[in-house]
Amino acid sequence: MQQVDVTINGARLIADISGALYWPAAELLMVADLHFEKGSAYAARGVALPPYDTAETLNRLQAVLARLRPKRLVSLGDSFHDMSWQDRMTAADWQRLRDMAGGLEMHWVTGNHDPQPPRDLPGAAHEEWALSYDGDLVLRHEPLVRQHVAFGAGEIAGHLHPCGKIRQRGRNLRRRCFVHDEQRLILPAFGALTGNLNVRDAAFADLFADRNYEAVLLGTARLAPVAGKRLLPDRAG
Amino acid sequence: MSAPHPLLPIFADWFAGRGWQPRAHQQALWQAARDGRHALLIAPTGGGKTLAGFMPSLESLVAKGSNGKLHTLYISPLKALAVDIQRNLMQPVEELGLAIRIEARSGDTPANRKTRQKQNPPDMLLTTPEQLALMLSWPEAADYFAALDTVIIDELHALAPNKRGDLLALGLARLHSLAPQAKRIGLSATVADKQALRRFLAPQGTFVNNGANNGANHSEKNGEDKTGDNHAALIEGAPGEAAKVAVLDTQERLPWGSHTARHAMADVLAAIATAETALVFVNTRSQAEMVFRELWALNDGGLEIALHHGSLAPERRRKVEAAMAAGQLRAVVCTSTLDLGIDWGAVDLVIHVGAPKGASRLAQRIGRANHRFDEASSALLVPSNRFEVLECIAARDSVAAGEQDGAVRRTGGLDVLAQHIFGTACHAPFDPHALYAEVVSAEPYRHLARNDFDRVVEFVATGGYALQSYDRYARLRQTEDGRYRLSHPRLATRYRMNVGTIVEVPMLKVRLARARKAGAQKQKPLMGGRVLGEMEEYFLTTLSPGDTFVFAGETLRLETVRDTEALVSRAYKTDAKVPTYQGGKFPISTHLADRVRRILQQPKSWRHLPPQVADWLRMQGEVSHLPGGEALLVESFARAARYYMCCYPFEGRLAHQTLGMLLTRRLERFGARPMGFVANDYGLAVWGLRDIGLMVEQQQFGLDTLFAEDMLGDDLEAWLDESSLMKRSFRDCAQIGGLIEKNFPGHEKSGRQVTFSADLIYDVLRSHEPDHILLQAARADAATGLLDIARLGDMLRRLAGRTNLQRLSHISPLAVPLLMEMGKEPIRGDADDELLGEAANRHDDLVREAMQGL
Repeated sequence: MQQVDVTINGARLIADISGALYWPAAELLMVADLHFEKGSAYAARGVALPPYDTAETLNRLQAVLARLRPKRLVSLGDSFHDMSWQDRMTAADWQRLRDMAGGLEMHWVTGNHDPQPPRDLPGAAHEEWALSYDGDLVLRHEPLVRQHVAFGAGEIAGHLHPCGKIRQRGRNLRRRCFVHDEQRLILPAFGALTGNLNVRDAAFADLFADRNYEAVLLGTARLAPVAGKRLLPDRAG
Repeated sequence: MSAPHPLLPIFADWFAGRGWQPRAHQQALWQAARDGRHALLIAPTGGGKTLAGFMPSLESLVAKGSNGKLHTLYISPLKALAVDIQRNLMQPVEELGLAIRIEARSGDTPANRKTRQKQNPPDMLLTTPEQLALMLSWPEAADYFAALDTVIIDELHALAPNKRGDLLALGLARLHSLAPQAKRIGLSATVADKQALRRFLAPQGTFVNNGANNGANHSEKNGEDKTGDNHAALIEGAPGEAAKVAVLDTQERLPWGSHTARHAMADVLAAIATAETALVFVNTRSQAEMVFRELWALNDGGLEIALHHGSLAPERRRKVEAAMAAGQLRAVVCTSTLDLGIDWGAVDLVIHVGAPKGASRLAQRIGRANHRFDEASSALLVPSNRFEVLECIAARDSVAAGEQDGAVRRTGGLDVLAQHIFGTACHAPFDPHALYAEVVSAEPYRHLARNDFDRVVEFVATGGYALQSYDRYARLRQTEDGRYRLSHPRLATRYRMNVGTIVEVPMLKVRLARARKAGAQKQKPLMGGRVLGEMEEYFLTTLSPGDTFVFAGETLRLETVRDTEALVSRAYKTDAKVPTYQGGKFPISTHLADRVRRILQQPKSWRHLPPQVADWLRMQGEVSHLPGGEALLVESFARAARYYMCCYPFEGRLAHQTLGMLLTRRLERFGARPMGFVANDYGLAVWGLRDIGLMVEQQQFGLDTLFAEDMLGDDLEAWLDESSLMKRSFRDCAQIGGLIEKNFPGHEKSGRQVTFSADLIYDVLRSHEPDHILLQAARADAATGLLDIARLGDMLRRLAGRTNLQRLSHISPLAVPLLMEMGKEPIRGDADDELLGEAANRHDDLVREAMQGL
């Protein structure tokens, strides 16, 4: 089970094992929180994380593009770990990124880490992006809380880096996940060095009422849809 | 060596005044110290080791007077040892009215006292290896230690064989450069490999620090001269009286596979009643809680029995120790926390519940009884199941024969070296050639290749990546004269916040809380009360509020978890969960396992066994074979729609778990469809959907192929890299090596902050730079520690594919304890995707319900 069907506000979507979300009617592949050059951002502060996260994230992205062959690609914000990424990215990675963005119809949604769209890279920029196909969806970086006036059905967002934890046969498994109900979906972080936030964290309580959601956990070679009620917090209590 | 000369009169009189006579080993040590030689004193506990170690310094300080500089550094593994030293050392100092300033320094020492110690050093400083590393990183370290005369290392046997020992060894090498005149005195309990400790104490190679040597010379000299070992002088105390060790022979039915020893508690209580004071040792903290409870359930006579283990709040432990010292207790149930340190003269019986797992550990624990060392210690071993009877008997015989477990020569961790190099740079810019020469003078790093050293330096400087994109962010920069200096002084602060090699598992404080009476029933605010201790976070994650568990000898109910605290209330239920702490589980030592195998192979010796155990072995011989011979016994049988394969290598739980992982991988490939396995100290059971015995008989594959040593090649590599154990090892190395930090000034981690994790770094590094120095360090750790690959390899080589297959119609007597572990131990295997598949519930009614509610 490498793909799971999900319907959000009428739009039929496919959650992919890679952590990307495909919208067949729009021929659009969505990824969130790539955080390019996160390793070097830490290195600049004296924590020498491996400088391979950009290359690794690009590898993963190219693999899913080759497999699903979408016409369009959107990165849902925090595509870059900070605004000075360009000073640090290696020439080789830069070239690959350029080629990739130039090889299809590229869209950049801005995020809190990258409030400005990337200069010198192909693609259209959006603060948020509304699309209408078999359903209406708004794509934005940070999901709106339920109480927000602008929140309506059909939201696709990133920002939170969701992961779900289950206990099965005495083992705890904590995996990146898609989390959704019928109105919205939050993508897992796609970037290679991105940490995760447990969906039982308070940040998710403002998005989904009473844990009435499903989490689609990303295993090595399979996806596992699990009901929100079955997911565990990182700590008891 | 000059002729021995007597103690200074002031000390000689003090000895005489107490009716004491300096013992031969004490005198020998003093002589060695007067001659300025490094010396190792090995003596049983109670042999007056500590006082002996300090005496040369006391004499020297009395004779020459204090010069306001640090004269003697005392290093012990335990902060708490300072309490004991207080008694042993301060008493004579005070009674003699000596003007000698003695102070302790640990992580807990108040900042103002630390500052004072730095500005105005005491004559003697009592501290830990971590604090030494920290002090060596001071810019003033060279001056601070310049006049050092003596370094005393207590409990050397406990420090040397692990990463703390690596850190200490590097610290000693540093001290040797700063204070070449300082002599080292090591104090140790009896060990099998005395030579290893002697080498640890002496600077190795031709390393002589005269400051004038420049680098190139140094490294060449060391390259040539690696054959001769340097040894500290060895001084041995007379062994104490041989211990009287008995194995409990119970009238109760002996369990097949339990680990609780519940059946024997009445006998244990009776033994406590006969003794003045007893120490009841157990192997794990959960056993300690259980034994403590069971004893009190039977304790109609109200004997004063207390509990002591590493999770209890320090004040509680100090209280128990004080009550023990004051002779107010009849028994303390304890774990390895009481293995070292505090001398209690009143203890006259050591009871060991559960098998002792190693002969040396048992000997040291027995040594805790009767520190008046001319009297025999007495000990009672309480096996908790039939296998443990064999192990206890093997351990008893081993102690009687004065045998120790063999030690494995330790190769210093590269992560620890990275930390040391960083610390050295915090002190002052260093010359890499000189530092290399210094490092290889430390025994654990003697054979460190220059290339590996350079890679570690590079790792500290820039992360050590082949893709050299981080040069501009380097933490260390090379100056024109080739020395490395810190690129920014704030890095030193960060180093000092993270020094040490003990990577702590996340712990939560367990705080007793009372629900406030007032207010609505539902939302009672909880008032924080006393802290009972600390508990591993992962255990608490298995509980939900309302669940009860046993801790600190009480049954508690989990109310809630708040930040880093678990709030609990007292519960009065009896069906509480007992935490499955992971701490304290050692695998059986090779030496003891050999002895157990020997017992199994000598049916004549069985008449000395309890009849239940002898019958059990006899049955095994009739139904199947006895393990432990030339060939590995492999049994196969069917049971309840599953097929089992059991084998009995006797190489300890860790090695068996590794073997289990590798066997299941292989069986999978052979089409045997294995589903899981379980391991204990003696053997391993694999179960699956096809009859492995039949497949072998039909020659679908051979057992010799299944157990061939080459599984340690590709299969191991492939599995290892994905293993969660490997990730755990990497996490520790990344923290010790300073890639990621626990403490970062001004950047307290908030729960919400999404950051990176060591696991992600591991994955990225593994695919992009599999030869990175930290991965190398993690693999080395996993091989010797969590996975025990070395031991597994020895076994596979020894057997060389020799197996003895027994196809049985039903389970064999020896397999029963193994299969009984199945319910208790989580199923091992890395089939996470399978588990995810089980958890996936897309078509669950629950999901439907949940999703319809929207």
